Amino acid sequence: MADNRLISQVALRAREALAGVLPEPGVAKDDPILRAIGVKRHFGGVNAVDVEHLEVQRGSITALIGPNGAGKTTLFNVLTGFDTADAGKWQFDGSEVSNVSAHRMATKGMVRTFQLTKSLTKLSVIENMKLGATDQVGERWWNALFPLRWKSQESSIEQRADALLARFSMDHMRNEYAGTLSGGQRKLLEMARALMTDPRLLMLDEPMAGVNPVLKQSLNDHIRGLRDEGMTILFVEHDMDMVNDVSDWVIVMAEGKIIAEGTPDQISANSAVIEAYLGAHQGKSMFEDVE
Amino acid sequence: MNWITIFENTIKAFFGVDAAYFALAAIGLNVQFGYTGLLNFGQAAFMAAGAYGLGMTSQYFGVSFWLGIPLGIIFVIILGLLVGIPTLRLRADYLAIVTIATAELVRLVVRSVRFNAIFGGSDGINTFSNEFRALNPFEPAAQYGIWPLRYSGYTMFTLLIGWTLVSLGAVFVWLLMRSPWGRVVKAIREDEDAVRSLGKSVYSYKMQSLIIGGFFGMLSGMVFALDRGSVQPDNYSRDVTFYVLTALVLGGLARVMGSIVGPMMFWGLFVFFDNFLRQLVQSEPLRIGGVTIIQSTQVGQVNYMLVGLGLILLMALRPQGVFGNRNEMALDGR
Repeated sequence: MADNRLISQVALRAREALAGVLPEPGVAKDDPILRAIGVKRHFGGVNAVDVEHLEVQRGSITALIGPNGAGKTTLFNVLTGFDTADAGKWQFDGSEVSNVSAHRMATKGMVRTFQLTKSLTKLSVIENMKLGATDQVGERWWNALFPLRWKSQESSIEQRADALLARFSMDHMRNEYAGTLSGGQRKLLEMARALMTDPRLLMLDEPMAGVNPVLKQSLNDHIRGLRDEGMTILFVEHDMDMVNDVSDWVIVMAEGKIIAEGTPDQISANSAVIEAYLGAHQGKSMFEDVE
Repeated sequence: MNWITIFENTIKAFFGVDAAYFALAAIGLNVQFGYTGLLNFGQAAFMAAGAYGLGMTSQYFGVSFWLGIPLGIIFVIILGLLVGIPTLRLRADYLAIVTIATAELVRLVVRSVRFNAIFGGSDGINTFSNEFRALNPFEPAAQYGIWPLRYSGYTMFTLLIGWTLVSLGAVFVWLLMRSPWGRVVKAIREDEDAVRSLGKSVYSYKMQSLIIGGFFGMLSGMVFALDRGSVQPDNYSRDVTFYVLTALVLGGLARVMGSIVGPMMFWGLFVFFDNFLRQLVQSEPLRIGGVTIIQSTQVGQVNYMLVGLGLILLMALRPQGVFGNRNEMALDGR
């Protein structure tokens, strides 16, 4: 990890705080941006999610791993308002947000991406980006009819969008339809678009799925860069190289429950984790791609 | 065969009242379906809302016909909420099913004997347009225009109103769709979960789109009712919705010009085939090798067949419509 670069106070504090946290499932953190208590979601008889206590340290990169069917994406859906919990409460940045609708979660600063990328294919890349900006005057239809009311805001949004595109090396695709992008580029676009909302917590659902090794490396750098600027990142991932490379903290789920937490090193040595993966995948190492 | 008459009627149909009221309905359907992806199969109900808004001013309320416009808007909003609240949270197909059923319900209610006093039953309402006709700056019986575009003063007035509304509607939609509002609804068409994840209330935008589109449906119904001088329940059946949809696809979805030129071409082609077939079998049925292909009583049906054939060919050869963008079309399903 690059310790010599400029790192925000929040990120530094997170790193120090996490160093002192015991590696136990559901452990409390020093300054949690997200705290969930007793969250349950079942589909018929299956308990997809049954999380007693979950905290995500502000300013950290936290990975959420676990075998297929562990309930990671369902937990994501519940927390971001895309699914409804059967029970439980959760707070984001100090305020109660249990079962708040998806679009309001996003305006509160908790933004997610999807496992299957959702690029808006018939909109250009730059339009995709501009859509992400919140509080747009021109998004009310009566204002929309009078370009003078939204033109100045639009151009400042466009500048931000262009800056982000340049940061993700997508500026050459600016005016192409998003539908012409490759799978990896779509992942980048989706992440950049989510950043247009100025989130405090960025939730990435399998950011590395279908991305080539070179792009993976640069995605890792982008994620680290965002953390170093003070953003909190929670991501679901099967790619253990990425998890070990980039995350400050790892939470392991199996069969809906959190079975382990800790730093990447602690998790690699955790017998409960190895068992969960071995049990589910008949002898594969957890460091192989579990897909 | 009198080609000059066929030509004249075809050109007149291009710019006629039918094309104008279809264009208004298509502009609305374009906002809903073309831009937002809402499959509204009940545009006829919104048209009826406009027509009955006008008609009920004289039939039921006994007030000035101008009040029919706010009345129509109220009907459109009620109808939009009624259809939208239960379905807009669900997938697009549900809206399609509910709108087609609602449109039929509206038609059956307004034509029922029980509500004769309010809606005029199956005879409809015929007494509301005198105030409108009194405003006509043209001499109703006189002919205006240059050949082949010659219309009576009576028609000229509705044409003027109709095409003015079409132009205003086109500018309105054009302004909306190049704004951030337009960007949101187009994004909803592509993937509504993505839009939701970016903090937009998808439900609210869909409702706005449904009602704005319904508003143009209302204007369409009003122009049609004023031209005929009557409101007939059976003019707002399912067929109308599907013809308007057909005309819109012909012009090209999600294109402002498509929603105007599509209906013009639809009526141009329709009248051309109708006139052509009528003249073809005027004196005797068309026979090929002793087999009767078509006789004069079958012109109407065969005409619809030819229109259908034309549309199949269009979809096969140019699926994006006249103004559509092939590259954009090719992005579907990737």
